[in-house]
Amino acid sequence: MRNTVFSFARLGALLTKEFIQMRRDRITFAMMLGVPLMQLVLFGYAINNDPKGLPAALVATSQDQYTRAIASALENTGYYRFDHVVQSAAEAEALMAEGAVSFVVTIPSDFARRVERRDEPRILIEADATDPSVASNAISTLSTVASQALLREQGMQAEAAEQAKQQLQVIVHRRYNPEGISQYNIVPGLLGVILQMTMVMMTSMALTRETERGTMENLLAMPTSPVEIMLGKVLPYLVVGAVQVMVVLAAATLMFAVPFVGSMPLLFSAILIFVLSLVLLGYTISTVSHTQMQAMQLTFFFFLPSLMLSGFMFPFRGMPDWAQWLGEIFPLTHFLRIIRAVMLKGANFAAISTEIAALTIFVILFAAMALFRFRRTLD
Amino acid sequence: MNAIEVRNLVKRFGDKTVVDHVTMSVAEGEIVGFLGPNGSGKTTTIRIMCGLLTPDAGEGTVLGHNLLTDSLKIKREVGYMTQKFSFYEDLTIGENLEFVARLYQLRPAGEYVGRTLEELGLASRRDQLAGTLSGGWKQRLALAACIMHKPRLLLLDEPTAGVDPKARREFWDEIHRLARDGLTVLVSTHYMDEAERCHRISYISYGRLLATGTVEQVIENAGLTTFIVTGPDLNEVAAELEGRPGVEQVAPFGTTLHVVGSNRQLLEKTLKEIGRRKGTRVEPGETSLEDVFIQFMAGSKDNMA
Ligand SMILES: Nc1ncnc2c1ncn2[C@@H]1O[C@H](COP(=O)(O)OP(=O)(O)O)[C@@H](O)[C@H]1O
Ligand SMILES: [Mg+2]
Repeated sequence: MRNTVFSFARLGALLTKEFIQMRRDRITFAMMLGVPLMQLVLFGYAINNDPKGLPAALVATSQDQYTRAIASALENTGYYRFDHVVQSAAEAEALMAEGAVSFVVTIPSDFARRVERRDEPRILIEADATDPSVASNAISTLSTVASQALLREQGMQAEAAEQAKQQLQVIVHRRYNPEGISQYNIVPGLLGVILQMTMVMMTSMALTRETERGTMENLLAMPTSPVEIMLGKVLPYLVVGAVQVMVVLAAATLMFAVPFVGSMPLLFSAILIFVLSLVLLGYTISTVSHTQMQAMQLTFFFFLPSLMLSGFMFPFRGMPDWAQWLGEIFPLTHFLRIIRAVMLKGANFAAISTEIAALTIFVILFAAMALFRFRRTLD
Repeated sequence: MNAIEVRNLVKRFGDKTVVDHVTMSVAEGEIVGFLGPNGSGKTTTIRIMCGLLTPDAGEGTVLGHNLLTDSLKIKREVGYMTQKFSFYEDLTIGENLEFVARLYQLRPAGEYVGRTLEELGLASRRDQLAGTLSGGWKQRLALAACIMHKPRLLLLDEPTAGVDPKARREFWDEIHRLARDGLTVLVSTHYMDEAERCHRISYISYGRLLATGTVEQVIENAGLTTFIVTGPDLNEVAAELEGRPGVEQVAPFGTTLHVVGSNRQLLEKTLKEIGRRKGTRVEPGETSLEDVFIQFMAGSKDNMA
């Protein structure tokens, strides 16, 4: 008796058929490779990772030489553009609240006196960190620039400078968002988002297309098993996903000079598991929807929260606990941690093993759900 | 052993009973026509027989395999041609056949495909996309695909809908050739001439099997009397006959009028009066299968609601 549950010959037939269909469907094919690249270029460049000339307000009650020196040094960095010079903190607060300025630099009235007395002079920088990437470079240059300006103004010698530098305290308040993300987060994150979008969407329609066109009836009338049908749909898209990954990763490193410090095989293995979880999720959606339209809607229903809660749009640790819990149920969340850790921090397997385990659980879960949902009949 | 032996099949969709205690048997090597108006449950019954739907009640065997537990075995030995063309339109004829051959694990697949293409005269169209085929060619492809694995039973669901008469004729010649080689065929159709080419027919309406037997038996059992009226002003005569005692069907056929009723005496009485009109002649005629089906349809409510 021939095996009824699984046969490589039958799977081979299903795979061949799927690849031929993919090749003939030009638009989908273009979407699979063109769209990711386009999105990467579009978002990658649109999301400027080093914005300059940001509007700022200066709160300075006195017009002493030190205050002027620091203000002009900050402007010289190119990051700050003091559009507003105001007298009170309240005025500056209002400007920031309405979004007119991204920074408020406050130089207290006793600043000059403290500089002269060497009594820990302070500057307060408030940054609108709603969009954290806006502020990070501007802030990181600030401390050095301000202290150098101060030293020059005091006419200090280089050897004394080191010591005096420590005296200036630059207090930075990141407003509205306690955690700042580095801009390198974006491009690796984008890979996850693009993969999720295309993989889930395409596979979610794979089976419903057969149902809509009526070919499902024929397929079910022939001797194939649910496992074969699932693999026949899922594996081709896994290949597509792998190609997408190569393209996007290559483009990311070439165009955006995103550092790649970690292990390539480790990252690829992780990506493979991630893509597998995505195509299986898409397939599961496919088994519960009756039309391609429904599949599309379900995909989007899933897509938006995963985007918001995964840590791609907003810092994960900045969310309330319940949202963090919710965020854990999206494969994207775990993938973002993996790709950021491996690409940017050079993490090894041990460091990301829990995330890999989480993705593996998704793979098993989605596969089980899909097989459970799959109907051998037309009931 | 009968190829199909099912008893009291019931299938409900929601609260609608689509197949209502259908009992049917088809002997090996027999060609059985399955007739009935749209929505009467033909497709549903056929789907139950090939394991695509689970019946809510009833039991039976198909090719000796239990309908409820052995649907995988049934699938291997049955060739099912769906009502709607259900091969891949974006695959060529050759690719579609190859796909089917490999799913049935026919080896070598290429040889099976080649032979099937030759037999059906499709070889020259091997590389044509299935979606670009005309109705007749699509039907040939579908038939080719479902007989390639040498099934013992063919279930054909309205295989000739929308196909021209010549292609239909060829299709039926092919069916008879296959049946001579021992294949059993259950075929649903709306065409009377096709019903007459079957060894036996079953008529289903509203999910209920109303009649079964040879064409002659079905006509006989219907107990209808038919008269043929000829003469001038037949339209007027037809209008006059409509609704008169004993008259159940009035249908113009060219220059004649077929008048059908189930009560012979009433009908004869009514027609005697008509026959007195000048030039009008009334003669006894043969009841056709179509007359019988029209009678069945009139007797049951509209199924499509
Ligand atoms: N999957 C289904 N869900 C609900 N109703 C169905 C389904 N399939 C068929 N029906 C209904 O069952 C009835 C019989 O349909 P069908 O078996 O296709 O009839 P036929 O083939 O004789 O035209 C129709 O009224 C149809 O609307
Ligand atoms: Mg039908």
